[in-house]
Amino acid sequence: MIEPVTIAQRLVEMVGDRAEAQATMGVGEAALTRFANSFIHQNVADAERSVTVKVSVEGRVARGTDNRTDDAALAALAERTVEAARLSPVDPEWPGLAPAADTADIDNYDPDTAGASPERRASLVADFVSALPGTDAAGYCDTESLVVGFANSRGQRVSSRRTRATIDGIHRVGTVAGSGHQTSVRLADLDGAAVGAVAARRFRLSSDPFDLKPGEYEVVLSPECMATIAIFLAFYGFNGKAVTEGRSFLEMGATQFDERVNVWDDPGSPGSVGLGFDAEGTPKRRLDLVRSGVSMAATHDRKSAARVGGESTGHSVPGLEAHGSLATDLVVGGGGVSEEEMIAAVDRGLYVSTFNYCRVLDPRTMVVTGLTRNGTFMIENGAITGAVTNLRFTQSFVAALGAGRVLDLGSEVRFADSEFGPGLVRAPAMRLASWNFTGGAEG
Amino acid sequence: MFDYATVAVEAALAAGASYADARVVDTRTEKIEVLNQQVQGVDRVETIGIGVRALVGSSWGFYATADLTDAAARQAGARAAAIASASAGVPGPPVQLADVPVSEAFWESPFVEHWADVSLSEKVDLLVRVTTAMQGVTGIALARAELGFFDTNKWFVSSQGHRIRQHIVESGGGYDATALGERETQRRSYPQSFGQYETGGYETVRAWDYEGNAARIAEEAVRLLSADECPEGEKQLILEGSQLALQIHESVGHAIELDRILGWEAAFAGTSHLDLATLGRHRYGSELMQITADATIPGALGTFGYDDEGTPAQCVDIVKDGIWVGVLSGRDSAARAGLPPGGMVRADGFNRLPMVRMTNVGLLAGDSSLAEIIADTSDGVYMATNRSWSIDDRRLNFQFGTEIAWEVKKGKLGRMLRNPTYTGITPHFWARLDMLAGEKERVHWGTPNCGKGQPVQIGHTGHSAPPGRFANVRVGVKG
Repeated sequence: MIEPVTIAQRLVEMVGDRAEAQATMGVGEAALTRFANSFIHQNVADAERSVTVKVSVEGRVARGTDNRTDDAALAALAERTVEAARLSPVDPEWPGLAPAADTADIDNYDPDTAGASPERRASLVADFVSALPGTDAAGYCDTESLVVGFANSRGQRVSSRRTRATIDGIHRVGTVAGSGHQTSVRLADLDGAAVGAVAARRFRLSSDPFDLKPGEYEVVLSPECMATIAIFLAFYGFNGKAVTEGRSFLEMGATQFDERVNVWDDPGSPGSVGLGFDAEGTPKRRLDLVRSGVSMAATHDRKSAARVGGESTGHSVPGLEAHGSLATDLVVGGGGVSEEEMIAAVDRGLYVSTFNYCRVLDPRTMVVTGLTRNGTFMIENGAITGAVTNLRFTQSFVAALGAGRVLDLGSEVRFADSEFGPGLVRAPAMRLASWNFTGGAEG
Repeated sequence: MFDYATVAVEAALAAGASYADARVVDTRTEKIEVLNQQVQGVDRVETIGIGVRALVGSSWGFYATADLTDAAARQAGARAAAIASASAGVPGPPVQLADVPVSEAFWESPFVEHWADVSLSEKVDLLVRVTTAMQGVTGIALARAELGFFDTNKWFVSSQGHRIRQHIVESGGGYDATALGERETQRRSYPQSFGQYETGGYETVRAWDYEGNAARIAEEAVRLLSADECPEGEKQLILEGSQLALQIHESVGHAIELDRILGWEAAFAGTSHLDLATLGRHRYGSELMQITADATIPGALGTFGYDDEGTPAQCVDIVKDGIWVGVLSGRDSAARAGLPPGGMVRADGFNRLPMVRMTNVGLLAGDSSLAEIIADTSDGVYMATNRSWSIDDRRLNFQFGTEIAWEVKKGKLGRMLRNPTYTGITPHFWARLDMLAGEKERVHWGTPNCGKGQPVQIGHTGHSAPPGRFANVRVGVKG
């Protein structure tokens, strides 16, 4: 197989001196084994291949994508993209291409995972399902491999690769369910039985739920909930374009969070599943977003960086340019307390396993509405005393993490599924002083 | 292209599949986005490839590749069957397929002016003019406009003899204006949030008078910053058509998907509050509620000739006189439930497994009008254009926010209200539908961004809706 970076370079050369150009080629395979009602019902794989070229003809910019990589297709892609650029108006904010620069030694790739068979995924699913016979188990086990090559006409020429494997599922009977999740760069790290056992324990605790009166409650939020909070903050708030356009809550240098809150982005830290550079070829490095409660930085692509007179932080995401940049290798710093210890510290409150269907009402206030799902538990006098039916909340994610509101941080920081998908956030559980539940099962 | 699909199907059968089908899909898209008169992106994407679906025992196996050669197609078919066979490690009841007519056909969505024949500069100029008009209103910080276009050719072959080619053209777009206050933002969109998309050519964009509405939309966004907050309480709620369309999408469309009802989507998208045992008896809403799933509506976004299993498009009753009578189904789910197959299975491109999808799930018209509804309302709120949407995994407990609202008192439209929200429980809410506007005000709204499935697929669905009114709805939920 021809290396993706070679194809990318060839495409840049085909554009030639007609335009500045950057090209990205990605090759890989994504395979997903899906189960419901305790058996595998959908089992898919896709040999992924995509090549994208972005060109600028004196600031007139266009982008083209194809999934054919023979010379004729590449030439046609270059031709029609240059032609589209010529017909476009000048972008006065065109920041130019990324300069040549070395990337950090980031190689989050496991050949064994890249070549995993459907039988291995099925085996993990069997372990998950077997953790609690008699329920309707549902979920998926997937593996993903990606090799990306990037080249541009300023001489940047880089490659990176990654793998990711996830098992995620629920044990369910009727409307009662409990969930579990694991993600790693290596399929061999996943333990279907252990994830199934977590889901089974939550399921057992969820039986006979009662309707709780909505209101403000102290909460222990699982890593899944924290992952959703973190990715929402990143997408709407730490996004440099949103900051420059006044859409963000972010006030640089201000103490916007409790002093226990630390958030950073780092594809190079052990266990990450990220790539070594972004969609513009800018190398990635650790970026502290919140340090001891102080908002430290926003993510930038080249365009938003130019607006603030700074440098790209390497957070351009393919297809997301119009919205801005995004941190995709987020870590929320942990503490020294176990989930059991957090629960023991609550007089009256709730443990929430996952959030569901969160939507922002206003990005400046970061007021979000959503629901709880797959296990919401009443805590009384330091112990879980029962399950409650799913609740709706309407809560500012920023305010919830404000000064004095974060009471405990979990000691286990792990990949947790968020509303944006797996592999984006590693987070601990947190105990928060209050959370605004605005509706119960009956509205 | 039929030959590649045929080779793939034969290879899947040879590898042990009891049934197989294959789709070659050739897609071209164009997306243009302008912010404050500056082009943010001109993106053109072309993809082609083959996806093969093989049935072995209780599981579908699926494999897709962008390589279009006889050898690659053969390998794809064999891999699809092998993947399906691997599912035997965690087996279930065998999949049966409901019978459908075996067709050899060609179908094309009607269009007048193909979007590719309209110059890029004309499209960009329109968006620049629209954002210029919005920026002409003092207080507008962000004026954003976009156009999006799709051209899809499909060649479908099944082991039962289907041989169907389709050509579907979709066009649309829209714009929004954002005003920044000290502590919040206010946004107005046109024709609706996320734009209005339809099957058809560039004529669908021309029909919406983008420029004629730009200044009004921008002025409303600015006025919202100083408008009164939507009050809390139980009110009569009047929903503008596009918001009612989203209400249908979320609280009816997803709830009636048979794969959700059967638990096949339980871990991700969720299930449904509906129980098949009550089909034909369950009261979904008031007697005004007449909902169909109609894949044959000319110009609507969920319209096609055949679904991605080769089943002809059809119109199915979903809710009749307020009673739940129908579902969205495919061949496997229909057979499992013992219902007729609805022809509602589609995939997001060649590399995704077809799944149950909404077609055009919409309300039939009532006999009133928006003006009459307002005149008949004593204490209500009129809400327009979606801003946020959230609903639980059974499609029961929802909370929606709209961009704008107006108070309605004693039959008169009153002050503008900001941050309007409303919440409810699906059957209770629909039971309170008490007025519905007529055919003149019914629009075939399009939703171009419906996410479902794993790996996630983005679907294009349609929802016909006129404005309507609901009694005693909780509005003004605060954070």
